[in-house]
Amino acid sequence: MKQVLEGSMAIADGVRMAEPHVISAYPITPQTHIVEHLSQMVADGDLKAEFIMVESEHSAASVVLGASACGVRTYTATAAQGLLYMEEVIYNIAGMRLPVVMTLANRAVSAPINIWNDMQDAMAIRDTGAIMLVAENNQEAYDMHIQAFKIAENRDVMLPVIVNVDGFVLTHTFEVVETIDSIDKVREYLPPINMEYKLDVENPYSFGTLGEPSVYMESRYNMYNAMKYSSKTIIDAAKDFKNMFGRFYGGLTDTYKMDDAQTVIVAMGSVLGTIKDVVDELRDSGKKIGVLKIRSFRPFPEEEIVNALKNAKNVIVIEKAICPGKGGILSVEIRDSLFKHKINTVNVNGYTIGLGGRDITPKNIKDLVERAEKEENVDGEFIGLSQQYL
Amino acid sequence: MIKTKFNYDYYLRKNTLPHIWCPGCGDGIILKALLRAIHKCGYSKDEVVITSGIGCASRLPGYVDFNTIHTTHGRALTFAIGMKMYKPKLKVITISGDGDALAIGGNHFIHAARRNIDITLIVFNNYTYGMTGGQYSPTQPLDSFATTTPFGSIEPPFDVCNLAQAAGATWVGRSTSYHAVQLEKFIVDALNHTGFSVLDVITNCHISYGRRNKMKSPVDMIKYQKEKAVPARSAENMSPEELIGRFKTGVLFEAKDKPEFCGEYHKKLELLKTK
Ligand SMILES: Cc1ncc(C[n+]2csc(CCOP(=O)(O)OP(=O)(O)O)c2C)c(N)n1
Ligand code: SF4
Repeated sequence: MKQVLEGSMAIADGVRMAEPHVISAYPITPQTHIVEHLSQMVADGDLKAEFIMVESEHSAASVVLGASACGVRTYTATAAQGLLYMEEVIYNIAGMRLPVVMTLANRAVSAPINIWNDMQDAMAIRDTGAIMLVAENNQEAYDMHIQAFKIAENRDVMLPVIVNVDGFVLTHTFEVVETIDSIDKVREYLPPINMEYKLDVENPYSFGTLGEPSVYMESRYNMYNAMKYSSKTIIDAAKDFKNMFGRFYGGLTDTYKMDDAQTVIVAMGSVLGTIKDVVDELRDSGKKIGVLKIRSFRPFPEEEIVNALKNAKNVIVIEKAICPGKGGILSVEIRDSLFKHKINTVNVNGYTIGLGGRDITPKNIKDLVERAEKEENVDGEFIGLSQQYL
Repeated sequence: MIKTKFNYDYYLRKNTLPHIWCPGCGDGIILKALLRAIHKCGYSKDEVVITSGIGCASRLPGYVDFNTIHTTHGRALTFAIGMKMYKPKLKVITISGDGDALAIGGNHFIHAARRNIDITLIVFNNYTYGMTGGQYSPTQPLDSFATTTPFGSIEPPFDVCNLAQAAGATWVGRSTSYHAVQLEKFIVDALNHTGFSVLDVITNCHISYGRRNKMKSPVDMIKYQKEKAVPARSAENMSPEELIGRFKTGVLFEAKDKPEFCGEYHKKLELLKTK
């Protein structure tokens, strides 16, 4: 059914369709609406789940860790400061190989305090062992949450999945979203959770015990491998979703107007909408330009990226995060992927833009397209600074 | 020591105004009482440090012209402890919402009290998470409503004062944003006390709390404070049933003989030096 839904509602409704057993909730802008909608669904009897309100994000993540270890489907959501406070637990969830799904409503990190959108928060947890997917619009966010549970619960993966959605830009805007009418079809797509290892009095296991030097490295290696393997699961989950529900956004990446493209813009999340508009315009004026969308940031889709970019001349990486002391994050990983594949004909420029909710306009993007052809190896340069505050 | 005529403007950072508080919010009343109290105590601006966490209440330090720091949610007291330990002569005041002080930061509350460190904590107790739109808080009255308790809360709330006293605070009091004159006096008392002082101020958030609890306007909420407050002395003659749904106001506990943390710490340092 087509409905006009707030992004948060679309996400909550996607989560409802996945029928989690336990949801933990703690408010932080711009995530709060998601768990509020879920609390209403639980209260109204539209979703049979334990809805647990806690006193901090550390507890929110710990609650889903505990519940997940019992073998049930779990969900939570957060943003920015809340995510940083969860980080210790996310490492544990991943290390214990628990298939928790959560939403990260991407928001800038303090100080100074800023509640608006960028992706710096996500970068803080890129090495935790959580799979990180990024949605471009509310429809994809809805679908991606259902896929996330399927990916997380795959026996060969068993890792937390974090679905990134741009705070405010997606969470607080209304778009037409096609929701799924048949819960049975979702159940067919996403069978009941069935964990091999769980807390069970009949068949006891222990989670998270001391991993001595003799075994610790192997346990990390197994997790590392599962993350690598999950690339296939993510692609399969997207394809199965297409077969069942008809919608597809690519597997780990997606491409837009890439035939013969000499200039390629690479980005993640909602900014892709603006970028595609600019690309349409530039294509109309004859420019050979296309877009590479990153859907999966972890696992990092190295092969897909190399295949998409190897014939390009100029690559423009547009990033809403920065690594102080180095530069771009996504741009560095892209350059590294090309380097490893011995491709040295592509000029990769990375730009930092839109931090703390600053608008990213079509003009910004056009300017970068112009600049990128004249520059080389730009490494996270800040775009649009106001001289008066420097 | 300053002994000039009191003037709010002298203490406000006017370039950060207007403030973000909703019209009719109780937080402004507490802010004004705090400024009057600081003036009465005669501290110079440079002697005063104000720390806060995150929330509507925690915006306060941004508006006042002292040494101020607005930090992360729940940690206001820990920053204050660091400052007080390094510069014990400073007058350190912490502003926290009920969520900031008792939910995400509850841990620090009990430990600051246990140590009896010379900091004044003012809890802006509006029974809710005002800033994030009215989720349940650990001081939310039983059976009352929040966005996350659509059928009424089933969790018994903390009594901030009992908790503070039990954990070791040596000055404990309660007032409201209705009792503005009393409030100012209690802040003076708390500031003059050496040791951990906790002032629980029942304040009104008609936007995030009142609207869901049949108190739509600031006036409704101010009336609630007026009607439900029971001076501690009157409470002594009331039965537990009569006190249901009401709260005690006054200086509820004071102990002058308990060692203060910074003093003990420095004594120990001196002792070690002589050894
Ligand atoms: C680590 C972290 N989690 C969550 C938040 C979101 N948040 C901002 S204010 C707030 C609650 C504030 O409530 P309270 O402390 O009672 O203060 P009030 O706004 O009512 O004055 C929350 C949960 C945050 N800023 N940081
Ligand atoms: S939301 Fe409530 S506490 Fe926050 S400023 Fe408005 S009235 Fe005050």
